[in-house]
Amino acid sequence: MTTLFGVFLLTLLVITALAVVRARHLVVAVMLLGIFSLLLAVNFVLLDAADVALTEAAVGAGISTVLFLGALALMSEREHYGSSRPWLSLVVVVSAVLVVVYATFDQPRLGDPEAPVLNHVGPWYLEKTPEYVDIPNVVTAVLGSYRGYDTLGEVFVVFTAGIGVLFLLSAGPGAQNNGRRRAVAEKKIGLRDERLLHVIGQLVIPFVLLFGLYVQFHGEYGPGGGFQAGALIAAGFILYALIEGEQRALEALPQGGLNFLMVGGALLYGVVGLAGILLGSNFLAYSVLAQDPVFGQKLGIILIEAGVGMTVCGVLLRIFHAFACRERIR
Amino acid sequence: MSSIDAHLPVLQVVVPLLVAPLVTILRPSGLAWAATTATSFMALMIAVGLTAGALEGDIQRYEVGAWAAPYGIELAVDSFGALLLLILTGASTFALLAGKASLDQQIESGRQPLFFSAWLLVLAGLAGILVSADAFNIFVFMEISSLASYVLIAGGPDRRALPAVFKYLMMGTIGATFYLIGIGLIYMMTGTLNLADIQVRLVDVAGLRPVVVAIGFITVGLGLKAAVFPLHVWLPNAYNFAPHAATVLLAACAAKVSLYVLLTFDFVVLQPVLPEHDPHFGAFLMPLAVLGILAASAVALFEPNLKRLLAFSSVAQIGYILLGASMVSLPGVTASLMHMFNHALAKGALFLAVMCLATRLPSLELDDLAGAAKRMPWTMAAFVVGGLSLIGIPGTAGFTSKWYLISASLEVGGAGGWLLIGVIVTGSLMAVVYIWRVVEAAWFRVPLAEPTEVREAPALMLSVTWLAAAANVYFGLSPWLQTTLASNGARMLLGEAP
Repeated sequence: MTTLFGVFLLTLLVITALAVVRARHLVVAVMLLGIFSLLLAVNFVLLDAADVALTEAAVGAGISTVLFLGALALMSEREHYGSSRPWLSLVVVVSAVLVVVYATFDQPRLGDPEAPVLNHVGPWYLEKTPEYVDIPNVVTAVLGSYRGYDTLGEVFVVFTAGIGVLFLLSAGPGAQNNGRRRAVAEKKIGLRDERLLHVIGQLVIPFVLLFGLYVQFHGEYGPGGGFQAGALIAAGFILYALIEGEQRALEALPQGGLNFLMVGGALLYGVVGLAGILLGSNFLAYSVLAQDPVFGQKLGIILIEAGVGMTVCGVLLRIFHAFACRERIR
Repeated sequence: MSSIDAHLPVLQVVVPLLVAPLVTILRPSGLAWAATTATSFMALMIAVGLTAGALEGDIQRYEVGAWAAPYGIELAVDSFGALLLLILTGASTFALLAGKASLDQQIESGRQPLFFSAWLLVLAGLAGILVSADAFNIFVFMEISSLASYVLIAGGPDRRALPAVFKYLMMGTIGATFYLIGIGLIYMMTGTLNLADIQVRLVDVAGLRPVVVAIGFITVGLGLKAAVFPLHVWLPNAYNFAPHAATVLLAACAAKVSLYVLLTFDFVVLQPVLPEHDPHFGAFLMPLAVLGILAASAVALFEPNLKRLLAFSSVAQIGYILLGASMVSLPGVTASLMHMFNHALAKGALFLAVMCLATRLPSLELDDLAGAAKRMPWTMAAFVVGGLSLIGIPGTAGFTSKWYLISASLEVGGAGGWLLIGVIVTGSLMAVVYIWRVVEAAWFRVPLAEPTEVREAPALMLSVTWLAAAANVYFGLSPWLQTTLASNGARMLLGEAP
């Protein structure tokens, strides 16, 4: 039954992907991309990867859709045919697909207990986590501690993306000019006239934020963690900005606060890492953070997850406001 | 002191990485520049420390989070890595020191803190790739460095920088995705991400289809990022429209870091496992290398813009680096690694000179260079020194690696060896011609307007440029550093005891 559902989902995934490519109206394409992400998230759930599914749903279906729409608000909604060579892309995509399909012939069967992935580092993580880190969600232990250096890198990927967008949008006509910016912001009063949205939104927002905090601090016990929580909290603020107007959202969480979140989160993560060196062990070694090494691991993971959540939330909101403040070029 | 030494591999990455967020809030922009330059200099010192360790012949390993490999992430710096770390941090420091005036000219001061933050992220990202011994960790830092370098290029004042960046972004993303697919397949078949561990565990599954496909994806993906001919189409415009200081940094090391990953993967991980690896590797890459040298040099012969001319020359130089590696012999790989260092020196000096020229000239079209030698004699002299090194004239750094390349080709022997020598000589002669085109324009072409008085580039910029030019001569006359590191690195890659 699960297999059948999996095949069904994957077929839908392919159909949605083709529809995204075929769509000429970009808003339609963005919506289809959101559906694509949701289908993918369900697929991840089927494969028992709840953490990945939560991230995909929050970031792929939620935030990136909003950011795409923000970008579309600044430009034309229809796709223009450029001088690109579609046959070349087609050849690359088709040959890549064929090669990957060819590769699957020798791959271990899904769920095969003899598969190499299940017989090397995986069992070690499952076996040793209760002893070294002692948290129920081993995925969090892997991401936060064993491979915490990768996660530090991912936080900086998000940070770099934020810097990149801010740098690009600060150029040229329509760039950040405070007077004009305020004018633009005041013109956009959001959806305040839509009574229904207004009421429902106000009801939902506290729960979105609360759920975000739950995901942030419950990551050690169940699926969740800083990435998902940061995206959820950012989604709550974006919803507020949509129904109350951008200016009100900026009053609630001003630009300076967002900068603090963005920079502070990344630094918090780094400083926790450096503390490991200063306390006589290696970078990102949390065991030395407290007398009891297991408690040190827990403390370290909570702190770096907080850093992750801060940076993700700050970057996403900064990007959102950067798009929202800019005047439409055409 | 020794306690700090043990942490150098991780500090090489973390120092620029953690200063990057701080730089975004520094005002005025001069302070951001100063902090960035100081950090880059500190990274250079760390690289020197790591090089000192590598010269003693050890591989400096580090367990991040104090978790032993393969459960945690391991870092490892060997001679090859140290060689490239020197290039990276040196190029960054030189470019920043020299580039203040040029960057002020090209980027509005309000946007500079973000730009410098991206610069440090490029530095940290590339260093992260070079020190890492973990296949997925390499991908993470590849993402950081790629995203940040798109920002650097997009900082160019010309609006055409944006389409150039978009093309680079598309090609770079495809390259990174291919690499990730390859790593995923390898993880599926081995259950590990640590490079040394992959090598051990690949033995059992070496001939299976997912592994073969993974190797294909990894090679093509990294080839794209390294601008291996014919996957180089993103490079010329990206280099051309980037701010001049950023071009110095990217031209000196960005593509080479991807080549580093490619060579490490092929030689350290795959070669001991796959019996047919050497002939396949050579047969696949040598034709591309030869074509790259000849075709890209030929384009440079007719290119009217100075920066694009040098960018095409870079594509050709990547060909030389690959040519040496594709011989899969000790002299060949040594020549390849040496050429990475020497080309970085030569191209670094040339692009620094270009930056000097750009501060005073209206454009970098060769036609607008007429009379430049009279107005900026020192700059043009430094350019010529860099050019001689690029061509490979005895007494400059470029000569040493060309010499090694030719002796490696002799060792190949037979008609094939002579053919390779023919290609190397032809490529160098073409370099003579395209460098001469610049010299001819600057010295002998009569400018339309009367040449005004001597008006050199700012003193700091000029002196750093001359320092780079002098380094070409110094490392040409006493090439001990790059020879030792390259031959140690080549021995390590080919699995011989150093």
